[in-house]
Amino acid sequence: MYNSNRGRIIQIIIGVIFSLIILQLVSLQIFSSKYVLAANNNAIFRKIIYPDRGIIFDRKKRALLENTISYDLVVIPNEAKGVDTATLCSILNIDKEEYSKRMIEVIVKNSRVKSGIFEPFLSTEVYAQITENLYRLPGFSLTERSIRNYPYNTAAHVLGYVAEVDVKFLEKHAEEGYEMGDYAGMTGLEKQYESILMGQRGVKRYLRDNKGKIQGAFEKGQFDTAAIAGRNLYTSMDVEVQQLAEKLLQHKIGSAVAINPKTGSIIAMASSPGYNPNLLTGNQRRKTIGRLLTDTARPIYNRAIKGQYPPGSTFKPMGALIALDEGLITPSFGYNCFGLYTACGDPRKCEHHNAGHAANLQLALANSCNSYFLQVFRMAIDNPKYHNAKLGYLKWKEYVNGFGLGRKLGIDLPSENRASIPDTAQYNKDFGGAKFWNSCYMLTLGIGQDRMTATPLQLANAMAFIANQGYYYTPHFVDSVEEEDETDKEVLAKFRTKQAVTKIPKEYFDIIKEGMYGVTVFGTAAFIKVPGHEFCAKTGTAQNPHGKNHSLFVCFAPKDNPKIAVAVVVENAGFGATWAGPIGGLLMEKYLNDTLTKESKTKVDYLSNVDLMPAAIKDWYIRNNKTEMLTPHNYNNDELSDIWDMEMVSETAPIQPKIDTLSKIDTFQKNKVPPAPIPVPQKNKENALTPSHKKKKHISKQNDI
Amino acid sequence: MTSNTNHDFSKGTDLAVIVLYLIMVAIGVLCIFMVEYNPSLNWSGTILMAKTNFSKQIYFSIFCAVVAIFILLLDSKVFTAFANISYAAGILLMLATFVLGKNINGSKSWIPIAGGFNLQPAELCKIFTALFLAKFISKPETDFKKLKSHLIAGAAIALPAVLSIMQHEMGLALVYSAFIFAMYREGLPPVILVVLLSFAILVIATLLLEPSVLAIILTAIAGLFIFSMIKKFKKNKNKILLVIGIWGICFGTVRFAVPYIFNHVFECYQSTRIYSMIGKEYDCSQNKKSASSSGEHHGKKPDDYNVKQSKIAIGSGGFWGRGFLKGTQTRGKYVPEQHTDFIFTSLGEAFGFVGTFVFLALYLFFLFRLIRIAERQRSVFSRVYAYSVVGIFFFHIAVNISMTVGLFPVVGIPLPLISYGGSSLLTFTVLLFILLRLDADRQMVLR
Repeated sequence: MYNSNRGRIIQIIIGVIFSLIILQLVSLQIFSSKYVLAANNNAIFRKIIYPDRGIIFDRKKRALLENTISYDLVVIPNEAKGVDTATLCSILNIDKEEYSKRMIEVIVKNSRVKSGIFEPFLSTEVYAQITENLYRLPGFSLTERSIRNYPYNTAAHVLGYVAEVDVKFLEKHAEEGYEMGDYAGMTGLEKQYESILMGQRGVKRYLRDNKGKIQGAFEKGQFDTAAIAGRNLYTSMDVEVQQLAEKLLQHKIGSAVAINPKTGSIIAMASSPGYNPNLLTGNQRRKTIGRLLTDTARPIYNRAIKGQYPPGSTFKPMGALIALDEGLITPSFGYNCFGLYTACGDPRKCEHHNAGHAANLQLALANSCNSYFLQVFRMAIDNPKYHNAKLGYLKWKEYVNGFGLGRKLGIDLPSENRASIPDTAQYNKDFGGAKFWNSCYMLTLGIGQDRMTATPLQLANAMAFIANQGYYYTPHFVDSVEEEDETDKEVLAKFRTKQAVTKIPKEYFDIIKEGMYGVTVFGTAAFIKVPGHEFCAKTGTAQNPHGKNHSLFVCFAPKDNPKIAVAVVVENAGFGATWAGPIGGLLMEKYLNDTLTKESKTKVDYLSNVDLMPAAIKDWYIRNNKTEMLTPHNYNNDELSDIWDMEMVSETAPIQPKIDTLSKIDTFQKNKVPPAPIPVPQKNKENALTPSHKKKKHISKQNDI
Repeated sequence: MTSNTNHDFSKGTDLAVIVLYLIMVAIGVLCIFMVEYNPSLNWSGTILMAKTNFSKQIYFSIFCAVVAIFILLLDSKVFTAFANISYAAGILLMLATFVLGKNINGSKSWIPIAGGFNLQPAELCKIFTALFLAKFISKPETDFKKLKSHLIAGAAIALPAVLSIMQHEMGLALVYSAFIFAMYREGLPPVILVVLLSFAILVIATLLLEPSVLAIILTAIAGLFIFSMIKKFKKNKNKILLVIGIWGICFGTVRFAVPYIFNHVFECYQSTRIYSMIGKEYDCSQNKKSASSSGEHHGKKPDDYNVKQSKIAIGSGGFWGRGFLKGTQTRGKYVPEQHTDFIFTSLGEAFGFVGTFVFLALYLFFLFRLIRIAERQRSVFSRVYAYSVVGIFFFHIAVNISMTVGLFPVVGIPLPLISYGGSSLLTFTVLLFILLRLDADRQMVLR
C-alpha cells in the first residue's frame, strides 16, 4: 500500500482545519461578551407598564386631581388593508391626504408591523363613533391611557402639569429610567413630588421575532416586574377657599396666599391670571399650551411664589418689631407727624396730617403713618450701638431675613423666588462706597419700598410668623404621603420643624398684634369685617415702576388664636384697602366660618366681576386679536362704595408732588418688579419724595408692561 | 454469495460509523425542532401530519434508513458495475434540469417529482462522481502517476461542477474540489496542493492589500530568492527563468485573474460576500455578470446580515449555552435559513462552546474513523471511494461551519446529516452506506 502516509497527512489537514474552527468558536463564545448583548437587543422587547399616578387630596379628602382613561386610536399599518377611509376621515375630520400622511408617520416611527398612534386622546364623541365603526377599520384599535383630570378646575399653578418628556429632561434624569414617550410632572407639585406620584413602573419582557412581532413572554415572565401605583399626597388645601381666591382674582393680575400658621400648611394659593388645569390634559393641551405661553399676562407664571412686589406699608409691623426688640422705641413712642417727613432734607409725604395720628405705635400702625416708620427705620440703621450705618443696616437686614423675607422659604414647589432685601454691597455700589451713605439714602426701605421686594408667599409667611409670636413652619402643601417611608419622612421633616424661632419677646409681638388689630377696628381696614372673628391686618399701597400702585393686604385671624394668615396682592389696582383688603377678608371668612354670609356673597359676585387688568395688557389683547380675553366688565367706583357701605379710607389721597410731576422711571422686565433702582418721585402716594441728588437718574418714559 | 449476505451484513459492517450516523441524524432532528419550536403549537399533532420541518425530517430519516438497509443488502459488485453508467445518467439528469428545472431560491437545479418533493441531481451526482472516480483509478490500465490520468480524472470531476455553476449552485460546485483528497491519496503530486494553496493565499492577499504594495512584495520575494541562490542559478539559467515565470504568473493573477474572477465569473452577491468576509465593500457596478442577469438578488437584507446574525447566535451561547429552546436568536428567527445551511447556529446558541466542541469532536472522530476504514481496504476502488466520501463530508462540514462562524464566505452548503432537507440527507446516507457495504467486503478486491 504505497502512499499510506498520505492518509496521515490528510488527517493532519482535517485536524488543522477543525482546530481553526474551534479557535474561532473560542473567540466567539468565550471571549466575546458583545454577542449576548446583541442577541438581547435583537430579541427582547421591554414593555413598560405604567402605574396610575398618585392623587392629591385637599384637607377634606377631596381629590384636587385624579386619573381618567383617555383613548388613543392606534394602527398597525400592515394590517390596515381595506380600511373604510372615507368613514374614518369624516369621523376624525381629516382629508385623505392627511390620512396617508399620518400613516407614513406611523410607519416611519414604529415600522409596519408595530402599532403606532394614529390619533391620540379621542374625545368622547369621536370615541363612540370609532367604536361603532371599528369593524370597518381593520388594523385599527383603541388603547387606553391614563390622563389627569381636575374635578374642581382649580389650583392649576400649584398642581402643575404632566407632559411628555423631552430630550433635555432625559439627559437631566438619565439615571431614573425615563424613556422617550414617558410622561412626567413638569411644574408644580407634579414635578416636586414626581418620584412619589409616579410610582414604580413595571417592565414586561417579550420575545420578539425578526419582524418585530411578539412571540410571547420572555422566560415565562420571570424577569418581569409589576407596576406599583403612585402614592397619594394629602395637603391642607381647601378647595373651596382656593376656588374663592381664584374667583376673586379673576380679571385682575395678582395673587393670594393663605397659610395655616399653626402648621405652615398652605390653605390656598392663587395666581391670576390663571388657567383651567383641564385645558392642559389630553387633546386640549395641544390647543392650549401655545396660547398660554404667548399670553403677555403670563397665565402660567405662579405669581404667588415668583412675583416680586414691594411690600409697601405691609412691612411696617416688621419695622416696628425690630425697633422694639432693639429697644429703640417703646409702645408709647410717638412721632409728631404733620403730613411730611423732613428729617432727611427733601420732605416725604404722609397721608395724615391731623395731630396725634402717630401718637403711639398702635395709632401709627392703624393709621399707617409714613413719617413714624421712616423715623423708626432711621433709628434702627443709625443705632449708636452699631457705630455706623453699614453695621446698623446689616443688623436690620438680619432681622428682616429672619422674618422670612429676601430668602427662599423652601416651599415644596419648584422655582420659588427669593425676592429681594438689598445687600449693603448694592448700596456701596450705588453711592460710591460704604462711607458715603446713611439711613437717609435708603429711607423708604422703612415703608417697604426702595429695593425691597417680597413674594406674596413671603408676606403670608411673615404674617404667620407674627401670628405665632416668633416662629413659623416652612410653608408647604403636602402634609403627609400615603404609606410614608423613610425618604418621605426626611423630605417632610423640614415642614414639621419650627423655623426662625426668634428671641424677640412675646410681648413685643402682642404690641404689634394690637396695632394690627387697630388697623381693622379704626384704621385703614376698618370697613373690612370677618363675621364672628376679630382679626389683625395691615394694608399696603405700593409704588412700583409699572404704573398704578399695587394693592396689598396682609392679615391673620382670629386675633387670639390665629388659624389663617393671608397675603393678597392685586397689581396696579390702587389702594390696598380697596381691592386686596376685601379679598383677604372674604378668604378668612370662608375658611373660618366655612361659609359666607349673604352680604359677603354679594361682595364676592361684585369683586369677581371687577376688571382691573392694566390697560397695557388689554391693548396687547386687542393688538393680537385676542379680544375674547377681554372682560366686558368695567367697575364703577360709586357702585362699589355703595356695596361697601363705607367711606373710602383715604390712605393715600393724592397730592401734588413738588417736583417733576412728569418724571417716570425705567421699565425693566414685563410684570416682574425689579429692584427699584433709586426711589424716584412719582406723582403721588405714601413716599413721594426722594433725595434730590438722585432724581435725575432713571428718568424715562414708562411704556407698556 | 446471496446466502451469505445476512451473515456479512452483521459481521462486516462498521458499527461505530452506524452509531455515529444515528447520533448525527438525531442531533439534526433535534436542531430542526429547536429552530421551529413555538410554544403555541401542538407538537404531537404536527408530527403525524408531517407539517413541520422537523417531522418531515423524521420521515426523511426513516426513508433513509430503509434505503440504507437496502444498500447494505446489495452486492458490492453492483457499485463497480454501475459506476460508469450511473455517472453518465447523473450528468444526463443534470442536463435535464435545464429543461425540466424548477426555480427554488434562485437556483434552477431542482426537478420536481411526485408528492411535492423535489430532486436535486447535482446532489446525487456527487455519489456518481465518487463511484466513477473510484472506478477510473482502480482500473488496472490507469497509472495515476501520469498527468494524463490526472487530467481525465479532473475533467470527470469538473464536468458536474461546471454544470452546477451553470445552475447557480456555487456551493455544490465547490464540493467537487473535495475529490482532491482521494486524488492526492492515490498519487497526485503534492506540488499541486502547494500550488493551489499558494494560489489561495495570493487571492486573499490580492483582496487584502493594495495592488501596488502586493506587486512590490512579490518582486521583493522573487528578488530575494534569486539573490540567495545566485550561485545555483549561475549554473542553471533556466531556473532563473522559472522564478521569473512564477513571478509573472503571480503578477498576472493579482492584476488580471482575480479582478476577472470577481467581476466576470462570480455574481455580484458572491463577490460582495467574499469582500465582506475581510471587511471590505465590493462595488457591484464593476460586476459584468450580474449586470446581465440582475434582478435575482434584489431587495434582500445586506449581505453580511446572515453572518452577523449567525455570529450573534453562536456567540450569545457563551460557554454553557443559553439552554435547550431558550435561544432568543433561534426563537426570534433572526438567522435566515437556520434550519438548513445555518443549523449549526441553533446548536451553538443553545449549548454554547461545550456543545459545539463536543459536536465537532464527534465529527472529527467520525472522519478519522472513515479514514481508518479507507486505509484498511484491499481494493483501490473501495479506498478511492472512501477517500471521496471523507473529502465530501469534510468539505461540507468545514465550509458550512466556517461560514457560520465567519471564517468563510456564505455559500449554500448543508451540514451533513444535520441540516434539514431530504435530498441532502439521502445523498449523505447513500454515500456513507455504499462505503459501509464496500467496507463489509474489504477483503475482496473489487474492480
